Amino acid sequence: MGMQVVKEATRESYGKALVEAGKDKRVFVVDADLSTSTKTELFASAYPERFINVGVAEQNLFGVAAGLAYTGKIAFASTFAVFAPKAWDVLRIIAHDRLSVRVAVSHGGLSNGPDGWSHQSVEDVALFRALPNFRVVVPADSVETRAVVMRALEEPGPFYIRLSKYEVPQVLNPGYEFVPGKGAVIRDGSDVAVLATGVMVHRALEAAEAMKDISVAVVDMASVKPLDRGLVLALAERAGALVVAEEGSVIGGLGGAVAELLAGERPTPVEFVGINDRFGKSGRPDELYEIYGLTPRAVEDAVRRAVKRK
Amino acid sequence: MKASTDELKRIAKEIGCGVVASTTAAGSGHPSGSLSLKELLAVLLFRVMKHKPSDPTWDGRDRLVLSKGHAAPALYSALSVAGYIKRDELYRLRRADGRLQGHPDWDPGIMVEATTGALGNGFSIAVGMAIALKADGGGQRIFAILGDGEVQEGIVWEAAMLAAHRRLDNLIAIVDRNGLQLDGPVEEIVSVEPLSRKWEAFGWHVVEADGTSVESLLKAFRDVLRVKGRPKVIIAHTIKGNSSGIMRWNAQYHGKVLTRDQCIEYLRENGCDGWECR
Repeated sequence: MGMQVVKEATRESYGKALVEAGKDKRVFVVDADLSTSTKTELFASAYPERFINVGVAEQNLFGVAAGLAYTGKIAFASTFAVFAPKAWDVLRIIAHDRLSVRVAVSHGGLSNGPDGWSHQSVEDVALFRALPNFRVVVPADSVETRAVVMRALEEPGPFYIRLSKYEVPQVLNPGYEFVPGKGAVIRDGSDVAVLATGVMVHRALEAAEAMKDISVAVVDMASVKPLDRGLVLALAERAGALVVAEEGSVIGGLGGAVAELLAGERPTPVEFVGINDRFGKSGRPDELYEIYGLTPRAVEDAVRRAVKRK
Repeated sequence: MKASTDELKRIAKEIGCGVVASTTAAGSGHPSGSLSLKELLAVLLFRVMKHKPSDPTWDGRDRLVLSKGHAAPALYSALSVAGYIKRDELYRLRRADGRLQGHPDWDPGIMVEATTGALGNGFSIAVGMAIALKADGGGQRIFAILGDGEVQEGIVWEAAMLAAHRRLDNLIAIVDRNGLQLDGPVEEIVSVEPLSRKWEAFGWHVVEADGTSVESLLKAFRDVLRVKGRPKVIIAHTIKGNSSGIMRWNAQYHGKVLTRDQCIEYLRENGCDGWECR
């Protein structure tokens, strides 16, 4: 009898936001034969003259996007997360020259379940974090995805926007504004703070609600880079232990960013929820999230481990 | 700029002087694959392209993308002759206290339109520029210079396919067919022939030219610039290391520069007045 929760995959939210963003005539969208999956098809229908399908050619996808950006356009270039690194050579140029290319990729993490590991991405956030000048963003819901797209119209320079095929409930308030380098405290708590991105934000919330004996804060850290250093340090000071939860490798992602900061500034126990240095495989996404330990239960276990280490 | 044929030949010679002087001063670089471009760059910057040295970011300018970025010394030297770069800067090529990187960095102030060097990418970027400028309707054209070894890169053909599909007739590619790549003759490493027919099969209008002859290049540009509805490519047959007895058709000089003594010899043989070997 509960309230109906409206869920939406962030790729869908992205497609809708692009149509809104398209009112700005600088906006061009480039896709590599995945527009029905990345949802750039919505923009293609609204603004066919500013939509470019390059075919199955990811290197050219980002090369063309770079050319558009050199010419003063704002280019949103979309494919699956796992295919973007195929164009690494070009992505380095986009990063180096701070071009206004938005690498907006769908099917992040394990959300493309049945297609198997060749279509799932575990290492992408770590890779893009290592590229100088890229802002790396993993939105948690429809509100945040829209806010990121709109913000990307105002901020020159490259963004990596990692989207998902998995439907998630809304966790942010409709008035939310995304600011690179700013995290959003979604739930207050004093014993442990969970820093999460993407689909793990609502799972962390679920875990926090379920734990009556521990006061758990949940923070949406969509901006993996730049990291909200002030917020992470304040949470470390207040709670004394942190958990990082992300749908990606435990190597080099948000967990890596938090650990690098704390190691230098304020050594604090941190537990990591993520994919433990291995590839995905075929399966329904919910099955895979169980197998790979990306569930509310996994977050709860990590919180309890973190508390013990205080 | 509308230089006469004789002036273009003199300018090409000056570009070569700058290539050798700057790379010898740097102690490293790619002079031979730069020398094969000197006539082409003279013809582009001093006859074919619309641009204003007094206003490098003039919106109406044609765009030049050096996709074979290792020929940066030729680009810088040509831009110097055209007035975008002070000659003194050429002598600080590749140095930490200079701005002229070993491969071109995007620098609108001196009309370096894109960052290139990792091969293939510049051509794809040029296709993106052609799409954007065509959409804007300002009539600007994009000239992209590729190496003949560079066309072994897959991205080149991804971009070529898209350019033809979108009928980008504001895009003109020039392949510097100098015959040598880093490891040896292109035809021995991985053959790119039949090169003209490859481009034709991809939907491009193809013209072959003697890239060491300004007359032949001028004729080729007259031909391609008349063609509408398709992207165009000039296969410019050149000689790597041309005008240097030591570097001419010598694969060992792909990434090797002349010594100071050899540089002095080059400047003397080519009548490079006003240039020096540092």
